[in-house]
Amino acid sequence: MTAAHFWITLLKAVLVALALLTTFAYMTLVERRLLARMQIRRGPNRVGPLGLLQPLADAIKSVFKEDVLATNRDRVVFFLAPLISITTALTVFGAIPAGRPGGFFGANPWVFNLDIGVIFILAFTSLGVYGIFLAGWASGSKYSLLGGLRSSAQVISYELGQGLSILGLLILVGSANLRSIVHWQYHHGWLIAFQLIGFACFLISSFAETNRTPFDLPEAEQELVAGYLTEYSSLKWALFQMSEYVNMITASALISTLFLGGYRGPAFLDAVVPGISGWPYLWLLLKIALFLFLFIWVRATFPRLRYDQLMRFGWKVLFPVALLNALLTAAFVGLLPGLSPWILGLVSLLILIALLALGDRLLAGNRKLARGSAGD
Amino acid sequence: MGVLDLAKGMGVTLGKLFSKPLTVSYPESRVQLKPRFRGRHVLTRHPDTGLEKCIGCSLCAAACPSYAIYVEAAENDPAHPVSPGERYAKVYEINMLRCIFCGLCEEACPTGAIILGNEFEMADYRYGDFVYGKEDMLVGQYGSRPQRREAERQGTPVRLGLSVQPREELEGVRYP
Ligand code: SF4
Ligand code: SF4
Repeated sequence: MTAAHFWITLLKAVLVALALLTTFAYMTLVERRLLARMQIRRGPNRVGPLGLLQPLADAIKSVFKEDVLATNRDRVVFFLAPLISITTALTVFGAIPAGRPGGFFGANPWVFNLDIGVIFILAFTSLGVYGIFLAGWASGSKYSLLGGLRSSAQVISYELGQGLSILGLLILVGSANLRSIVHWQYHHGWLIAFQLIGFACFLISSFAETNRTPFDLPEAEQELVAGYLTEYSSLKWALFQMSEYVNMITASALISTLFLGGYRGPAFLDAVVPGISGWPYLWLLLKIALFLFLFIWVRATFPRLRYDQLMRFGWKVLFPVALLNALLTAAFVGLLPGLSPWILGLVSLLILIALLALGDRLLAGNRKLARGSAGD
Repeated sequence: MGVLDLAKGMGVTLGKLFSKPLTVSYPESRVQLKPRFRGRHVLTRHPDTGLEKCIGCSLCAAACPSYAIYVEAAENDPAHPVSPGERYAKVYEINMLRCIFCGLCEEACPTGAIILGNEFEMADYRYGDFVYGKEDMLVGQYGSRPQRREAERQGTPVRLGLSVQPREELEGVRYP
């Protein structure tokens, strides 16, 4: 690696971190405004025009707030936990390709490019849970510990489903390199069409991985007094918030890259405006914004799951369905080579619809069972 | 809870996103109060003679559950009566920090002199400033103490943050 290469990579890393942190700051504002509008309120609109300076005010507030330190804390780990969280969150985004090679003023628009890109991202995002778990443990308070435990159990359970849900995708594409995946999608069509079940599983487990509603049990305000965050205040608390939002952005970018064609627009639009699918950054940003909106939208709509519901869903629904998808794709690729992947997409769609309809039936049956046993 | 129900829920929130917020941007736009909202007290006068209705009987003070009212009565000068009765309230004070705006004073008053009006913007800085005297509550006094002070300082008219339908007991009181 030459010195110039090193400096350019460092510069890109800093730029990505800055961009993520700015996005985080404004995400908080956008989320609050959108939530407010969905609840027929107005949301923060006092600081600056349209409330646009609100993130700045929040930043100043959280920096100057008193840093309350729990007496029972583990001194080193208590301090380390938020750093682990934010470091893993920020690192992962570097693997997302944001454009074609050389698209960033002659440099490559990604910080690092690994052949095991997807695996690396999954592995590193799960490292982030150490931040949460250690925070819960180091706080020396039972609520925090419960929050931390919940979080680790949740992430372990959903990690499996998430990993399995992209297995089918990897079998189809034949590479774990994010750039190859984007490239494959440009030529064959977006993977969401062929891997509908995988997409659904991955999306749901992404909600769980980022600890967002309806899976935000680790930081349940009502029953756990904000879980692992209970003893944190001031800047350390802000770091945790930051990592949650950065994780959310990364998850959006990852879903877009894996299933929605990444930094390339849909190929058929090229017929209308030549070259539009190659416009850099625009497509990725659009897709990320779409998923961030989805995150907020879901948060505004659904209540939090109960813990046993969360576990049951993870192990009894998500995991088998993701496995089924992987087996289906493997069988399709292995037994019927040369067949168009569109057929797989159609089969997936039918199975997904059947699963949804069946799921309703099963749930209704379960409920009847539960009611019967409660009457005994 | 089926998938369709989930989708329906998402639809509801999405629809609300494009609806007009219910929030009243309070200081800029006025809040619409119900006519019987109980706010700052008004001491009314007889509309024909202009004499104060209050006769200084202290029944309101006796009825008040939070001992917020202080009345000191004095004999009327027959040549220049303040009220139509024998006596009138020389001092009439209500401590707005103690008052719970229950309206019992209004019910106890034999002459209908004390009526709870609709003003509520009385936030102030000093305890002493919350003791409202006759001059603050007699009919025709527009706005609370801090509002009038601020208006005088800026040379602008008092602006109330409320709008409400008039109530007939509040003779002579008109809110915007
Ligand atoms: S409204 Fe109630 S608390 Fe207030 S002065 Fe009248 S009687 Fe007392
Ligand atoms: S306000 Fe009514 S009750 Fe109170 S002293 Fe005057 S006349 Fe009596």
